[in-house]
Amino acid sequence: MTKLYDKSLVELHDLLVSKEITATDLTQATFDRIKETEPTVDAFITLNEAKALDLAKALDLKGISESNVLAGIPIGIKDNIVTKDLLTTAASKMLYNFTPIYDATVMDKVYQADMIPVGKLNMDEFAMGGSSETSYFKLTKNAWDQTKVPGGSSGGSAAAVAAGQIPLSLGTDTGGSIRQPAAFNGIVGMKPTYGRVSRYGLIAFSSSLDQIGPLTRSVQDNAFALNAISGSDEKDGTSAGRSVPDFTAKLTGEMKGMRIALPKEYLGEGIQPEIKEAILKAAETFRQLGATVEEVSLPHSKYGVAVYYIIASSEASTNLQRFDGIRFGYRSEDVQTLEDVYIKSRSEGFGTEVKRRIMLGSFSLSSGFYDAYFKKAGQVRTLIKQDFDQVFQDFDLIIGPSAPNVAYGIGENINDPLAMYLSDLLTIPVNLAGLPGMSIPAGFSEGLPIGLQIIGKHFDEQTMYQAAYAFEQATDFHTKKPVILGGGK
Amino acid sequence: MNFETVIGLEVHVELKTKSKIFSPAPAHFGAEPNSNTHVIDWGHPGVLPVVNKQAVEYGMKAALALNCEITKDMYFDRKNYFYPDNPKAYQISQDEKPIGKNGWVEIEVNGKKKIIRIERVHLEEDAGKNLHGKDGYSYVDLNRQGTPLIEIVSEADMRSPEEAYAFLETLRAIIQFTGVSDVKMEEGSMRCDANISLRPYGQEEFGTKAEIKNLNSLNFVRRGLIFEEKRQAKILLSGGQIQQETRRFEEATNSTSLMRVKEGSADYRFFPEPDIPRFDISDEWIETVRQSLPEMPQARRTRYIEELGLPEYDAMVLTLTREMSDFFEATVKAGSDVKQASNWLMGEVSAYLNSEKLELHETKLTPENLSGMISLIEDGTISSKIAKKVFRELIMNGGDAKTVVKEKGFIQLSDPSQLLPIINDILNQNQQSIDDFKNGKDRAVGFLVGQIMKATKGQANPGVVNKLLQEELAKR
Repeated sequence: MTKLYDKSLVELHDLLVSKEITATDLTQATFDRIKETEPTVDAFITLNEAKALDLAKALDLKGISESNVLAGIPIGIKDNIVTKDLLTTAASKMLYNFTPIYDATVMDKVYQADMIPVGKLNMDEFAMGGSSETSYFKLTKNAWDQTKVPGGSSGGSAAAVAAGQIPLSLGTDTGGSIRQPAAFNGIVGMKPTYGRVSRYGLIAFSSSLDQIGPLTRSVQDNAFALNAISGSDEKDGTSAGRSVPDFTAKLTGEMKGMRIALPKEYLGEGIQPEIKEAILKAAETFRQLGATVEEVSLPHSKYGVAVYYIIASSEASTNLQRFDGIRFGYRSEDVQTLEDVYIKSRSEGFGTEVKRRIMLGSFSLSSGFYDAYFKKAGQVRTLIKQDFDQVFQDFDLIIGPSAPNVAYGIGENINDPLAMYLSDLLTIPVNLAGLPGMSIPAGFSEGLPIGLQIIGKHFDEQTMYQAAYAFEQATDFHTKKPVILGGGK
Repeated sequence: MNFETVIGLEVHVELKTKSKIFSPAPAHFGAEPNSNTHVIDWGHPGVLPVVNKQAVEYGMKAALALNCEITKDMYFDRKNYFYPDNPKAYQISQDEKPIGKNGWVEIEVNGKKKIIRIERVHLEEDAGKNLHGKDGYSYVDLNRQGTPLIEIVSEADMRSPEEAYAFLETLRAIIQFTGVSDVKMEEGSMRCDANISLRPYGQEEFGTKAEIKNLNSLNFVRRGLIFEEKRQAKILLSGGQIQQETRRFEEATNSTSLMRVKEGSADYRFFPEPDIPRFDISDEWIETVRQSLPEMPQARRTRYIEELGLPEYDAMVLTLTREMSDFFEATVKAGSDVKQASNWLMGEVSAYLNSEKLELHETKLTPENLSGMISLIEDGTISSKIAKKVFRELIMNGGDAKTVVKEKGFIQLSDPSQLLPIINDILNQNQQSIDDFKNGKDRAVGFLVGQIMKATKGQANPGVVNKLLQEELAKR
């Protein structure tokens, strides 16, 4: 069998349509590849082998549709997206035994597009963290350097794609959880506009910030994936009642006349020099392609981290109350009273970071503190949105780094939550404003990938893909591969 | 020292929408435990609430019927607390912006009218039910979880248990007329918590209140409040202090007992529900709902008295439920005499419904056949006595009054040519009675009439019989 694991979606599609391979071949090859690399990467919590092979066989009988690039494509699912009859843990002891009785709306879309879900991917517990180290189950490693973190919270989703275990995964992004791990692993990650993809079946962390999005190795692959999972959903009142354009329609390389903003706050203090340099180079690339790039200011973005940790933790503190040991998930055995069930199950079932945020959020919502914290945070959130609105009156896109640093060592930051929180400063404002943001490869620092963040107007992912594709075609960062995917040292 | 009683009520009313307020599960009762549930009601990870527009509309309808202002920029809040019947550990409710506020209803006690203000009407979801088994386990039934509720909070405007009773009765009739709820306290579709405190007459400040729960009927509310009034007065008169507490009404003894003492207020950490986007209620929508409101009981009562000339008592009884009131109006419209229709509905019909535990729509009685029967009484076709038989036939088996009368042979005999032979037969057989009559014994007439009625199986028109008998006796 030819080496399938670093092929693009279009290449795999051509092989399937020409019947050089079957969906069953591809699925089997995917599991072979996962088993071979999993000891190195540790990206999966659960594999879906038997069912995936059944689906592939059924699809081979039905035949691969020529018009559907995604038919037969293996896909990995972040483990906070509920999958019927398939263990869904959110990487928490609290849900170590939880098998959902329904499918998330994105899963319905995955099945409608004839994709093959191969397993559930590791993450930070309940998506709280930036390194995937808060997982109850395992430590996922960066695809480029196994002593480094894969980023988070969608660390499994990013590492599995970067390491060639799968061509495509779904992640979720509440404050950067798709973009930052995509950057750390040198791949493409898209957090769509809030409301673009249904959240029904996403285990809620912060309801007003969470979005599901795809991670892939190329811009074109990513656009195909977003086509498939987008759309309004009557089961999600916050999903947008908008039609979905073809996100691959503007992958032309054309950049003439595009107006790009570069906020000075995104190149300020705390950004690694190599990253700053890579972003300035990227700006130059865009200029050479015919776009204009100008410096702008997002004056309130410096409050983003503070606002985020109040809003996200507040929402999380009540979203996670349903994990009470009564109906599903972990229940402490050592109980005498109802109160014991609650207190012990939750004390034993949740990890440290989750508890920290539940306490932070509960405090922010408490009577007597609500106005000073939750309410004030909401007001500052409005100011942050207005900053973006202002810039987007004159510009089509905003660019900047996806993270202030490249992947750091495993264990390096885990005991310093504040340092961990601050590393989200470039991605958080995008979630607070409900905007779409993506990360694409834009360089290296000491052998570790650097991500360029592209931020678009509400529901204008098409223009982001256009610019991302033009940049990808004009540079060779995406052609560099980690060793595990056949790259050189 | 004398005390003034101060009462405020919190009333929960279940809205009878087809589906639940945030899930597609059916919102009706009587099903097997946990069968009317959706994964949303279970609060499973990942589920999201979607607002049922009918619930919003019903809530708005009730608020408008209670003369409330409608909040146009709508959102919901989360109210956080842990309990096994509350699967998400938060209830989706409305805190700062209830759908309706600043309403009022007019009550009447002993002929005196009074306005009771409504502070707010807000929408929320009901919780499930905890059932405590005999096996030592507790069970949770989530059929009720997510049923739409409105909570109606009155101002502390009531000054006696009678006023509280009248308020609830009026409130129930109004909501019942709007059709948004069955408002049956015994079935739990209307539930009431009562707050009561005492203060010396002339004092502005409220006294410390107690909250009474477990009030499953209007009478329990009144009895619980009467007991509580006395209990608090006794404590105050003996120099004691009322502690703020929640008390349970004890049906068996007509008393209240301590459930828990309130230690500070619970912190529910209310905040706007992020899963439900804010939405606007348009003026057009409000107007459409306002137009759809039926005439309210108070207005009907006035009309019955002023236009139809009914006594106040009749007007009050007939407007207690919309079904009775509508039935009455339809009967009159079908041609019946107003007072006769009222008498029948308040008398025989109500007695039948009470004894059979039925509601009007569950019987075969219709405004048309009731009105038809009343006409037959008026034109002398049947007597009031026979009418009772006809009525039972109509309410049990239905049909047209005339046909029933004909088929069952219920027609009153008034025709002299039919009656005379029978009368003379009886006279021929009873010479003794004729003699008695001639000797001035009037009782003999009664005996003869009885014999004639017997011979006609009660169908003879008593008036006509009396007249003809007198004439025939005179001839002998």
